[in-house]
Amino acid sequence: MRAAVIVFPGSNCDRDMAVALKAAGADVQMVWHKDADLPQGLDLVAIPGGFSFGDYLRCGAIAARSPICKAVIGHVERGGYALGVCNGFQVLTETGLLPGALMRNAGLKFICKTVALKVETAASAFTNSYKAGDVVQYPVAHHDGNYTTDAETLAMLQGDDRVAFTYQNNPNGSIADIAGVLSENRRVLGMMPHPERAVDAGHGATDGQALFRGLLSELTAA
Amino acid sequence: MKARVHVMLKAGVLDPQGAAVQHALGSLGFDGVQGVRQGKVIELELAQGTTEATIGEMCEKLLANTVIESYKIEVL
Repeated sequence: MRAAVIVFPGSNCDRDMAVALKAAGADVQMVWHKDADLPQGLDLVAIPGGFSFGDYLRCGAIAARSPICKAVIGHVERGGYALGVCNGFQVLTETGLLPGALMRNAGLKFICKTVALKVETAASAFTNSYKAGDVVQYPVAHHDGNYTTDAETLAMLQGDDRVAFTYQNNPNGSIADIAGVLSENRRVLGMMPHPERAVDAGHGATDGQALFRGLLSELTAA
Repeated sequence: MKARVHVMLKAGVLDPQGAAVQHALGSLGFDGVQGVRQGKVIELELAQGTTEATIGEMCEKLLANTVIESYKIEVL
């Protein structure tokens, strides 16, 4: 599997993401936000966490209009896979590749801790190594993770089995406890918690390994 | 020419920051503050003749996230 990790000014989980993908067996390239093209033959684009462009205007808003994001949109429109974590999720909603928006946490505080998540669906390349109903531990570290949509979009996400993860104890006020959502073709996942920070015994949890392993097995077989 | 864009959360979207400001006003002794909504004001310096339609496009494409925000354009 060939993967690219996008690097914006202010990204701070880009190397963690690359390490997690490499540990699972992916061939990983880092791509700078000013590049207009992605490498040829790419299977997955990963948009990492951080504070791209200082969260100016809105989290992810400036990054979503950067040259590389045009290429990311093209990649997704051609049926390519994309994973956005934390700021990466914010960028994906700002590009319109995923529905909804991420607002300031309901408690207004930055939250940095490990949380329990329920895997809501195993029907995606990202979650096929889990079983629906599994509870996993991933860290969260965000100020703006309060996912919101209108009622119609929420009903569509739930009806189409597009909620990938929910919080067991909602830390940020997200609607319907949503922690991660899938695109209509199930090839784009955006989530606030950090699977790439739970892939090594030194991290304190390894529950994130299965996400990358699942991705590798599905995309390598394809 | 100048224009001012007001960006506000749409009605019905919960505004945790506005709620915190409302709470703080109450704790300062200002009674009767029945609601606070917090938004942004963006001032633009523009080439003469820039149309309101163009400013609207700026709002739609970048200045506001129309999933949760509405905007109002004021040409000065």
